[in-house]
Amino acid sequence: MRAVDAVMECLKAEGVDVVFGLPGGANLPTYDAFVDGGIRHILVRHEAGGGHAAEGYAKATGRVGVSLGTSGPGATNLVTPIVDAMMDSVPVVFITGQVRTELLGTDGFQEADTMGITMPAVKHSWMIQHPDEIPRSLHEAFHVARTGRPGPVVVDIPQDLSRADIEYQPVTDVKLPGYQPTTEGNTKQIRQAAKALASARRPVLYVGGGVVNAGASEELRELATLDRFPVTCTLMALGAFPAPHPQWLGMLGMHGTRAANYAMDEADLICCVAARFDDRITGKLSEFAPRAKFIHIDVDPAEISKNVPVHIPVVGDAKNVLAKLVAEYRALEIDSSRLDTWWERIEGWRTKHPLRYDEATNGEIKPQYLVQALYEATDGDAIITTDVGQHQMWAAQYYHFNHPRRWINSGGLGTMGFGLPAAMGAKIGCPEATVVCLAGDGSVQMNMQELATCAQEGIDIKVVIMNNGYLGMVRQWQELFWDRRYSQVDMGDFPDFVKLAEAYGATGLRLTQSAGLVEALREAIATPGPVMVDVRVGREENVYPMISPGQAARDMVG
Amino acid sequence: MGEPGTKELLSLEELEAAGGLRTGRKHILSILVEDKPGVLTRIAGLFARRGFNIHTLTVGPTDDLSISRITLTVDGALHPIDQVTKQLHKLINVLKIRDLEPDDTVARELALFKVAVEGTQRAEVMQICEIFRGKVVDVGRRSIILEVTGTTDKVAAFEAMLRPFGLIEMMRTGEIAISRGRGET
Repeated sequence: MRAVDAVMECLKAEGVDVVFGLPGGANLPTYDAFVDGGIRHILVRHEAGGGHAAEGYAKATGRVGVSLGTSGPGATNLVTPIVDAMMDSVPVVFITGQVRTELLGTDGFQEADTMGITMPAVKHSWMIQHPDEIPRSLHEAFHVARTGRPGPVVVDIPQDLSRADIEYQPVTDVKLPGYQPTTEGNTKQIRQAAKALASARRPVLYVGGGVVNAGASEELRELATLDRFPVTCTLMALGAFPAPHPQWLGMLGMHGTRAANYAMDEADLICCVAARFDDRITGKLSEFAPRAKFIHIDVDPAEISKNVPVHIPVVGDAKNVLAKLVAEYRALEIDSSRLDTWWERIEGWRTKHPLRYDEATNGEIKPQYLVQALYEATDGDAIITTDVGQHQMWAAQYYHFNHPRRWINSGGLGTMGFGLPAAMGAKIGCPEATVVCLAGDGSVQMNMQELATCAQEGIDIKVVIMNNGYLGMVRQWQELFWDRRYSQVDMGDFPDFVKLAEAYGATGLRLTQSAGLVEALREAIATPGPVMVDVRVGREENVYPMISPGQAARDMVG
Repeated sequence: MGEPGTKELLSLEELEAAGGLRTGRKHILSILVEDKPGVLTRIAGLFARRGFNIHTLTVGPTDDLSISRITLTVDGALHPIDQVTKQLHKLINVLKIRDLEPDDTVARELALFKVAVEGTQRAEVMQICEIFRGKVVDVGRRSIILEVTGTTDKVAAFEAMLRPFGLIEMMRTGEIAISRGRGET
């Protein structure tokens, strides 16, 4: 069997139903196998679009995404999605073509050191050295990407090796001696965590994206409601706990709610579930949660005590650990009334400092209102992808996610141009769902070529551009921290997104008035096929509240 | 506490944080790795991007052809050693890491010194060499090459003795180490 046909067999054995990629010289053999390989291939317009689409697919479905590129520039174009997937723990297998083995190291045409370039940013990578290694390496790659703390992997296949004939035997016994993730959680530590929670007077559950990855939302809700624990989620975890729930404090961190950040500041016990104490959460590290002891549950032992020294560590999969923690907690005699004073304090913050903005008096669309209108127009039940910037923060604040895997954004790396291709991948993974990419006018341009892919393939995504004609978040920082000296942030009235959408074969719309916005959005979303809506919003609105960079949570402004 | 509700099952006050501590001493990490292409790059790259400083590093085969041993030393005053080992463990090709206890470990390095010697100095240098149980491995008209093995401290002391004579060149291998007793390193 040709090695490339074995690649198809491996992908099918791993349950892959779609891959995103772009052919080139070095992966021609693989593309020949796609002709009758029985796997859906989406031809993207730029490898980065394919990489982010694979991420969007993985985030929406929980399955492993697959992205292909050729050697050289094909592979280097994948670097941003690879780093993005690493930062946000997204399981994606990247398969790259490489020049023929005889050309390796000669600076051959379209040669790049893909292994070397991607090495710092992958969970693991495989350079194929013999065609017989291809099937096993691919299965190992899927295994590593999917298990433990998920992440991106790269398999680099030289062109001549992919052309070879091999004896293909299905591989069912993947075993990597140096890779055995701890998933169960230590019983003694879990018991101690339960006792600490029962002893706490001012506890907070601080929840991260690992809960979404582990599919542990139900266990989280159970733990939280056993004893009225207040819950706050990071940007990555929105939807892991239902936003309408009375115990939900909102997102925490730089643009989180005051209730969430103040609760962290005054807590006596913080139970971190699969989050990683990022600087956007902690603010000034030396003043972060000064009164708190920490429980940290994480499948990655290296996250424990990385940024904040932890008192009770539990290494394990969030779903397993939370289920055991619930069982341990049930066995204790608890009087929830000990939390009354704490809840009074939290309610005080909630009442005094709700998320708010000044409503427009001139009929213009406030960006925050755009998110609220989108929430209403989609009945709060769409998959929302975003790029990075102001629109992303407003979406996180005002679109109240009720379920996990509905909120797909680039959190760790903060990649502009992520949202549109991610929406494409999410829609393919979840064809029944309404998928909306809420983008900024700056960031959407970084991967909008994929609108052509959507039009050609009939991928029914709705792109809502929050258009303020600025690189808005940078402008905000220049306003607040650089004396309003605006430098290279004004994007003017370019391009004409409506004409552009039409040129791409999508439907283009423009909305400028606040009145009737919900209905107009509802109509846009009901329009078949890919739609791009250019929504003009107030230009110089700022995202508040805010922990200024390097400041402590209690010093929030706005 | 005098507050109503559940009696305290444990005292939060008494919980101690673990990890992130600087030990303040040198650590010798003995790392078994799969002999796969790029494994050293992965380790070196990990140290570079996490800002850890490798003090010395040696790589060699083990009795198992598919496994190599990397011995590296890190300054535990600069880096939290548990974070270093946990990050190393995340590398798929890393099979086993031992942070060798200084009292329970035999560690040695090999060093070569080329010293400028004129006339009577030659005898003096050779005498020092003998005290350190070193060997003269090459003699030229105006220089001499010495070989010494031992602990890092001994090699450093030897170096300090030779410097005044005029040290032309020096090479040290970095430490290799093995644990005492019957257990495997």
